[in-house]
Amino acid sequence: MTNNPMTPGIVPGRLPAETYRENFADLHPPYDAHEARVAADRCYFCYEAPCIQACPTSIDIPLFIRQIQAGQPQAAAGTILEQNILGGMCARVCPTETLCEEACVREAAEGKPVEIGRLQRYATDALMAAGEHPFTRADSTGKRVAVVGAGPAGLACAHRLAMHGHEVVLYDARPKPGGLNEYGIASYKAVDGFAQAEVAWLMRIGGIEMVQGQALGRELTLDGLAAEYDAVFLGIGLSGVNALGAEGDDGAGVSDAVDFIAELRQAEDLATLPVGRNVVVIGGGMTAVDAAVQAKLLGAESVTILYRRGREKMPASGFEQDLAASKGVRILAHAMPVAVHGAEIECEYTEDGPDGLTGTGERFRLPADQVLRAIGQRLEGAPAGLALDGGKIRVEGPGRTSRKGVWAGGDCATGGDDLTVTAVAEGRDAAEDINATLC
Amino acid sequence: MADLTTDFVGIKSPNPFWLASAPPTDKEYNVVRAFKAGWGGVVWKTLGLDPHIVNVNGPRYGVVYGADRRVLGLNNIELITDRPLEVNLREIKQVKRDWPDRAMVVSLMVPCEEWAWKEILPKVEETGADGIELNFGCPHGMSERGMGSAVGQVPEYIEMVTRWCKQNTRMPVIVKLTPNITDIRFPARAAYAGGADAVSLINTVSSITSVNLDTMSPEPSIDGKGSHGGYCGPAVKPIALNMVAEIARDVETLDLPISGIGGITTWRDAAEFLALGAGTVQVCTAAMTYGFKIIDEMTRGLSDWMDGKGYASVADVVGRAVPNVTDWQYLNLNYVTKARIDQELCIKCGRCFAACEDTSHQAIWMKEGRVFEVNDAECVACNLCVDVCPVEGCITMEELAPGVTDPRTGRVIAAEYANWTTHPNNPAAKAAE
Repeated sequence: MTNNPMTPGIVPGRLPAETYRENFADLHPPYDAHEARVAADRCYFCYEAPCIQACPTSIDIPLFIRQIQAGQPQAAAGTILEQNILGGMCARVCPTETLCEEACVREAAEGKPVEIGRLQRYATDALMAAGEHPFTRADSTGKRVAVVGAGPAGLACAHRLAMHGHEVVLYDARPKPGGLNEYGIASYKAVDGFAQAEVAWLMRIGGIEMVQGQALGRELTLDGLAAEYDAVFLGIGLSGVNALGAEGDDGAGVSDAVDFIAELRQAEDLATLPVGRNVVVIGGGMTAVDAAVQAKLLGAESVTILYRRGREKMPASGFEQDLAASKGVRILAHAMPVAVHGAEIECEYTEDGPDGLTGTGERFRLPADQVLRAIGQRLEGAPAGLALDGGKIRVEGPGRTSRKGVWAGGDCATGGDDLTVTAVAEGRDAAEDINATLC
Repeated sequence: MADLTTDFVGIKSPNPFWLASAPPTDKEYNVVRAFKAGWGGVVWKTLGLDPHIVNVNGPRYGVVYGADRRVLGLNNIELITDRPLEVNLREIKQVKRDWPDRAMVVSLMVPCEEWAWKEILPKVEETGADGIELNFGCPHGMSERGMGSAVGQVPEYIEMVTRWCKQNTRMPVIVKLTPNITDIRFPARAAYAGGADAVSLINTVSSITSVNLDTMSPEPSIDGKGSHGGYCGPAVKPIALNMVAEIARDVETLDLPISGIGGITTWRDAAEFLALGAGTVQVCTAAMTYGFKIIDEMTRGLSDWMDGKGYASVADVVGRAVPNVTDWQYLNLNYVTKARIDQELCIKCGRCFAACEDTSHQAIWMKEGRVFEVNDAECVACNLCVDVCPVEGCITMEELAPGVTDPRTGRVIAAEYANWTTHPNNPAAKAAE
């Protein structure tokens, strides 16, 4: 260790090796069998349970928890996975505190919901550890479907199509499949290569051919796919990053939070990753929190999240905000960047007025060796001829685009809320619609 | 401070909590630890004639768990003491000498022949023990040899053996009853007729706690086979309370003292047994689960509760609830209640709705926004919604005042008490007049 948190500039190796290991360990360690039984016993098995309504994939949560209670975690996993084939990842990354666990009646009763996410992980881990894949394919239909993007939407769509007996070719632009599960999630949420393990497990359904290094608009065209396949599903995500629009935001210390997160996820040795002494993250969503917390865990002396609106409007959940605070990240709300001056960022306070958000005129400067942009991603390279809406591919019903035979889902499509679990639901539902259309 | 001392058929103890005849009272070592912890007395684990019996060398207990591995029920296939009679007698004598203020009752089980009882009784008497308890309850192992519940299930035998004991010892005789019988009043009456000073109940319930679905062996499994054992612990308390109450209110055994046994885990359980007529209580499973220190909670809890209610002594509590135990036919049919759901407390789980809609009377509406309300026109006041509601006090039963019309029956509620014996639907009603 040659550097420390006080070392100026953007440098690697600020921490001892064991501190990296501790800092990036599993955020929510898995339950052991007894903990799971105790946690499961807290479920009231509600009538038409609110947690099911709150789950974008409508998992029968009381049922799977009762199956854990009754000593069959693998059967519980079956219940989860039949609704959400990426139930393992969703158990790790879902903002459960704003979904199922917020709806849990025990949250209303005592502010302490049943820990549905951790129970779901217990069940799905048990199944994966046993090496089981509980689904089988229907007889071949002879139909071929192209799925573009091996992220949550594409994977869910491909698996469901394969189950129905279709031949699926799954294209992905990146070196590894998984999309944001592999490249876009904080390391401590999916440790030990879980994203790849889950994809490998999912592929065991058979009938899915994975083709990597192929991107729409590069090696692939929509017309070409439409001509070759019986149907096309686009789950291409949002590859563009919104610009800051502040003076000097193309400086050396300024980069995209998604790239920072992706690099971190792929790093063999975290000690080799450079991070600033003083880091400022611009934005208020999950990406901002993931980037800020990880910058801190990499040894930055100070990390500030700069969010232009009030804290209550931050898209990141209360849990995420608390997590950031607990790791020593400062959240500065009602402030926006104005200019980046070398190792400083100039900011201005904001206020909500009748004309929307405006600067108050009061400015201040923060030390900032490194500035990370996390103000949202946008669709890049949408194929011509598809109707867009608000910068996303317009879909109706179960992912139908304006072009016949082409479906879309996940972050690239309208609707949804840019969550893994929503993408899974959209991919699955589009697959059902494709199946109904083809058969 | 309430006075917890008891005098039960002449056996005095500083509090009503005795350890039941069972593994915790098998040896001097355990009993001394219990007395140091504060237990009021013990019933020494059952003695038999030499040669002493042997136990299995595999598991002796099976268990039923509630949430978080809380022990709700325990069964055992352990037999009576497996130590030589002389060893037990020597230890009993020593402990009684060292702890004169504690109750020392000795449980006995010998063959159903008078010579056997005549042989053992003087030996027990010589120890200075305060009394004996006849083990007519043990449902496993010994019953195959014509002892334990094999005697307890035949009232004539109970009466006969009790009489032998009364004729051959000056010590008070407590007869321990088995619940593995159709009507507990018959063995109690038999004990009474034989001259018993008291009865104690319940002994354990014949049971298989579980089946190992891999080996297809009942648990506890001995080399792949299991045998029915004796069930005890919190799960059997309701059975025990009923049997105690049946004896306490039976006109033929009204003045027969009772030592209550069966799932007593906290002071509250004990107080309930006392209220239903028990003069002392005996504890086993709770001690085997948590250790002897639970006696502190039990004595303090009972004392605090008695202070709060103004009961000066244990005797003030004994039997207080007995007059309120009656036959179904005397329950007031003009007592009409309806479930009331407190919307402020409701957490919208819907368990009341599922229970009522699926399994009962369709008397709960589920309205927009998961609002649950009672339909008085259908509510029969069964109380199931109260029982399944996870929030205490959220659903209550409200009594309808006389003069009000019950929307379910359309009848105006009468103020006067009226029961089945006079109900027009009762074919026997007229004959009873």
